[in-house]
Amino acid sequence: MFAFTVRRVAQAVLVMLIISLIGFSIKHNFGDPVRELVGERVTPQERQQIRDQLGLNDPFMVQYGRFLKSAVHGDLGRSFFFKKPVTEVILAKAPATLELVFCASLIVILLSVPLGIYSAIHPRRLLSRLIMGVSIVGVSMPVFLTAILLIYIFSVELGWLPSFGRGETVQLFGFWDSGLLTRDGLRHLLMPSVALSSIMLPLFIRLIRSEMMEVLETEYVKFAWAKGLRPRRVWYVHAFKNTLLPVITVGGVQLGIMVAFTILTETVFQWQGMGSMFIESVERADTALMVSYIVVVGFIFVVVNTLVDLIYGLVNPTVRIAGRK
Amino acid sequence: MEKLLAINKLSVDFTLRESTLRAVNKVSLSLDRGERLGIVGESGAGKSVLGFSIINLISKPGRIAEGSVIFQGEEISAYSYEQMRRVRGDRISMIFQDPMMTLNPVLTIGEQMRESLKAHMEVSTAQANEICLEKLRKVYIPSPEKRLEQYPHEFSGGMRQRIIIAISLLTNPAMIIADEPTTALDVTIQAEIMELLLELCETEQMGLILITHDLAVVSQVTQRIAVMYAGTIVELGRTEDIITHPQHPYTIGLLGALPQRAGSSGRLNQIPGVMPGLARIPRGCPFKNRCSLAAEICATKPHLRKSSSGSEAACHMVGTEQSTAA
Ligand SMILES: Nc1ncnc2c1ncn2[C@@H]1O[C@H](COP(=O)(O)OP(=O)(O)OP(=O)(O)O)[C@@H](O)[C@H]1O
Ligand SMILES: [Mg+2]
Repeated sequence: MFAFTVRRVAQAVLVMLIISLIGFSIKHNFGDPVRELVGERVTPQERQQIRDQLGLNDPFMVQYGRFLKSAVHGDLGRSFFFKKPVTEVILAKAPATLELVFCASLIVILLSVPLGIYSAIHPRRLLSRLIMGVSIVGVSMPVFLTAILLIYIFSVELGWLPSFGRGETVQLFGFWDSGLLTRDGLRHLLMPSVALSSIMLPLFIRLIRSEMMEVLETEYVKFAWAKGLRPRRVWYVHAFKNTLLPVITVGGVQLGIMVAFTILTETVFQWQGMGSMFIESVERADTALMVSYIVVVGFIFVVVNTLVDLIYGLVNPTVRIAGRK
Repeated sequence: MEKLLAINKLSVDFTLRESTLRAVNKVSLSLDRGERLGIVGESGAGKSVLGFSIINLISKPGRIAEGSVIFQGEEISAYSYEQMRRVRGDRISMIFQDPMMTLNPVLTIGEQMRESLKAHMEVSTAQANEICLEKLRKVYIPSPEKRLEQYPHEFSGGMRQRIIIAISLLTNPAMIIADEPTTALDVTIQAEIMELLLELCETEQMGLILITHDLAVVSQVTQRIAVMYAGTIVELGRTEDIITHPQHPYTIGLLGALPQRAGSSGRLNQIPGVMPGLARIPRGCPFKNRCSLAAEICATKPHLRKSSSGSEAACHMVGTEQSTAA
């Protein structure tokens, strides 16, 4: 397991290097750090001078090395619009996005597992057909449409839930604005989370269902029946444990992708997170902020994937043994 | 002899979208206590379906259409789901064909053994472990204590089949149904496993239904043989009678197709053609299209009748021209 962990972390570092290289190339080609420092009103001569001072005329790899060095120290440059280090800007916006993704993932996991298992065990029942039918609609409906529908029904018509913003938040550890601890915060969180989960939930149900149906046909499940085990033991231990392996690999990646899907959801619900910040930074040509969003989201993605693989290693004895030796 | 199992006119249907296929057609069989019976026949003859139907474990569109199964004097084919579950793996155990696929890859051997016990009796984990170790020793697994913690992929095919046999022994069943237990193994290991199974059946007084293609194995292990063709039993009798004096033309062909017996006649006596799919079984005798003796009478269905050798054969020709042809 230890060797496996080391190998997996090394891979993660490599991927991060590649992401940072892409991010830096964008910044290098499209960004104008001089403008970020002194604005538009400088003469071309002054501009050249500043570029030399900043090392912007150095070879690409030298500059990349410098970028990497400061990135490791948590310095990703300054935001042209906010006039602040981008890490500060992102850190202030990150909790909103992460809580949104967390709640959406929770919805996905808590609903897809029982629904997927049920429709795999009883594929012919009416409820299973209903689940499958609704999930097709869910997959094919764009997130923003789901979001607008939700707002229309629950905010405009019924007036039950607020349609925008995060509501009342509580600051934790001095930097984390959390909406999870107040009633108002949770009420604000509900619709965006449902909207964000609306794509992944049907995918997960279908994934779990099809994997589980395949597992239920295997010889070892047949043997489990022949041993006279109780149905619950066969379904939840023999079949589901084997269903988990492929679901974890595919599912982990999908949950990571959800971070990127927040851009749409946050825009519709005016959710002050990294997603809406990214859209704004693109509109303002705030290159440093744009690039660091990419790097940070890439980082989250890589961390999630690495964790997923490590969990996979824990569930799958073959990997565990290979690592032990 | 005490009756262990009686199968009476059992039929199994697979209901498909357009048609209904009869995979097992009015099969009657019986087994005495501690007796060993072989079921042989070509691929698709319905051997596995028959084996699984005894414990009502036929895969999905399949169901028992008629007939009954009496086990230890009880009509288990009329049992409720829960009653049948208590029979499976307790009084009747099964051994499957491919040991590489039969054990769950993500559970340890210990878990897969203990759960079998716990499904049928109240035992503590410590007690269960004791029984597991005892059975693992019975199938000659070295250092069994260590094995309980291991996963299936840490074992070879032969070892896995031994473990599966140990699992089938856990509850001291009265009968084991073994569906081609050695087909997936190396030739040398095949013999070891068969020997082990035979030894256990003898010492534990267990009944055995051995489903196989391999006539050589059947002749060494079983006391009686049922020959199946297209869902019906075409010949049934004592092993030595059937091996030395096969009566039904299909059995003769099956034995003639054995390479060891080719020497006597000088050539391999293949049965012409292939077994028809279940949807295309001819009326009357199911074998008539491939039979060299087929005559007009074969348009009516033959029933099992006592033949001169002592076995029963379902063939109109047996006892008439058969005696000169054999
Ligand atoms: N799930 C199923 N759906 C439809 N038909 C089936 C199904 N399972 C079995 N059958 C039918 O039942 C017949 C008998 O199958 P069975 O598996 O009992 O054959 P077998 O004698 O065990 O052959 P083999 O030696 O290949 O194991 C097959 O010809 C097949 O057409
Ligand atoms: Mg079979």
